Amino acid sequence: MDSEAIARKYNRILAPMTRTGWKFWAAVIPLSVIFLWSVLAFGWQYHWGLGETGMGHPVSWALYLVNFVFFIGISHAGALVSAVLRITHAGWGTPFGRAAEAVTVFALAAGPTNILFDLGRSVRFYWVALHAQFKSPLLWDFTCIMTYFTVSVIFLYVLMVPDIGLLRDRFPGRRWLYRPLSLGWTGTEKQWSILGKIIGILCVAVIPIAVSVHTVVSWVFGMQTQPMWHSTIFAPYFVVGAIYSGIAAIIVVTLALRKVYHLEDYLKPYHFNNMGLLLLTFTLLWAYFTFAEHLTVGYAGGSADLAVLWSKLTGKYALLFWIMVALCFVIPFPILIFKRTLPGLLVSSICIIIGMWIERYTIIIPSFIEPRLPYVRGDYMPSWVEWSMTAGLGAGFILAFVLFSKFFPVISIWETEKEEKEKEGHAKGE
Amino acid sequence: MVIDLDRCTGCQACVVACRQENNVSFAGEKEARLGRAKFWMNLISEAKGTYPDVEMRFLPIPCMQCDHPPCTIVCPVAATYKNPEGIVAQVYPRCIGVRMCISNCPYTVRYFNWQAPSWPDDYKRGRNPDVYKRRKGITEKCNFCIQRIRKAKENAKREKRTIRDGEVIPACAETCPSEAIYFGDLNEPKSRVYRLSKSRRAFRLLEYLGTEPKVYYLKEGEWDDG
Repeated sequence: MDSEAIARKYNRILAPMTRTGWKFWAAVIPLSVIFLWSVLAFGWQYHWGLGETGMGHPVSWALYLVNFVFFIGISHAGALVSAVLRITHAGWGTPFGRAAEAVTVFALAAGPTNILFDLGRSVRFYWVALHAQFKSPLLWDFTCIMTYFTVSVIFLYVLMVPDIGLLRDRFPGRRWLYRPLSLGWTGTEKQWSILGKIIGILCVAVIPIAVSVHTVVSWVFGMQTQPMWHSTIFAPYFVVGAIYSGIAAIIVVTLALRKVYHLEDYLKPYHFNNMGLLLLTFTLLWAYFTFAEHLTVGYAGGSADLAVLWSKLTGKYALLFWIMVALCFVIPFPILIFKRTLPGLLVSSICIIIGMWIERYTIIIPSFIEPRLPYVRGDYMPSWVEWSMTAGLGAGFILAFVLFSKFFPVISIWETEKEEKEKEGHAKGE
Repeated sequence: MVIDLDRCTGCQACVVACRQENNVSFAGEKEARLGRAKFWMNLISEAKGTYPDVEMRFLPIPCMQCDHPPCTIVCPVAATYKNPEGIVAQVYPRCIGVRMCISNCPYTVRYFNWQAPSWPDDYKRGRNPDVYKRRKGITEKCNFCIQRIRKAKENAKREKRTIRDGEVIPACAETCPSEAIYFGDLNEPKSRVYRLSKSRRAFRLLEYLGTEPKVYYLKEGEWDDG
């Protein structure tokens, strides 16, 4: 098929790039305002010092770290899920692939930015590379996240090259962008075989990298002496939680895209049903890990650990803790079993995303409030600066995605085409 | 360092002396309530019972100068390290304010500069010229008055001898009116602190963590000096 025919066939996917209505501006303008506001807030904090946050002694890490872990968790969706689905030839994952990979890249841009906010001397952040001390878990983080970010960008890009080739031919006005990005893609036999090989390598490479990232993120906490952090299951617990929130994020993003860009023909309830089953699996895994972690501490934890545990179960953080349990398990679990409809999935995914943010909050803050030596005590309430940055990150993340969807197809056209051909082939009995 | 809790009266003189000697800045009442106050030497007081049967107990907490410090290994830029004397030192110009050392200190004795340092105007002239002024955004901590140790070492070197026991005294020990704080070389078997650290009354905080603190406490109650 020539590019003309493909473009006509996949008109729906290409349409968002040609039309820009009032809805686009209605989304972009408020998001930009929030984003710019957070930039101002950062300037404020940079000038006056971290005293503008709600942090103090002994709560020396707070909302920024929560956001850091949260966004990096979201990023696991992408590359990991789409790589696993590709390797296992799960055809139903195809329409999610591009969105998932983009979520990964943008979430990975948002996550580590929090460390920049959190540093006492933000402009010296590059010293982590310059004076690297590999004994510190933060350096393991730095290394793994940078690797993952690089690989994710390549992954997103390489899988887009054939589509960019098509765009180059279809949008003469945007040649300046697409021509260099297409790398001279014309769709020859040789190019396809090279692409296939690169994708194969990337899919295999990205899985251990993604797992390593949230493993070391958990070790930033797990390697420390703080009560309830020093746990051997933190690594798998965090990885599971990350993929869990990541899948929920993919579902919300793709449901939004489907609705806004009218992609009902490509993102069918059948696809979402399968994604819902995957989410259900991770609901159970998450509940299992959460239960095991808290029971172990409750049964045989030391006095410092128990103090933190009880502050979560019945004390100061009980409300947040039980909201988290409700949002991450009690609400989504029955919905995902009995009602894997699109509204059902939307509700449970939003619950899970909020719940997982609270989970990170209740892992990080209560341990600081009750440090091991039972003398110094403190409290924590996020300040307007911290809330502004959190809102700014969320807005920036959505904004990046909106702009991305205006320049690149959010569903991989060549993979959809390829899959269709394969299906036809099967139908003909070849 | 050895701190005899039996002798401690909870007068806070050590806290004040430390602040003066080490240019520890003032946070102000409002900020202090938010946890921005810094106490390189922190005096914890604990009241037990109700009136009239009240028992007050005090616990001065400086940095424990652990032999296996959990704080130094987690710093991503190596801004803190255990120096050859065994003191856990902070390299202020190197610190970028990650605060992982603070979070991994089980004794919560590391302090962060949440704001630019400030002092009351009439206090400013009294600042110690030998001590680095810490800017906002970095971590600081007790270092057993390292500037005094340096000076004593230089003197001893000039006079071609080793430092005598009791020659170096940190500000907290020097000022303590009840002489509850002893300072010296724990590696020197003839030193007073070595002898006291072997006392039956001696204990250290959170020993089970294996951090090997170099601050020993002598517990109250027994009058026999071990």
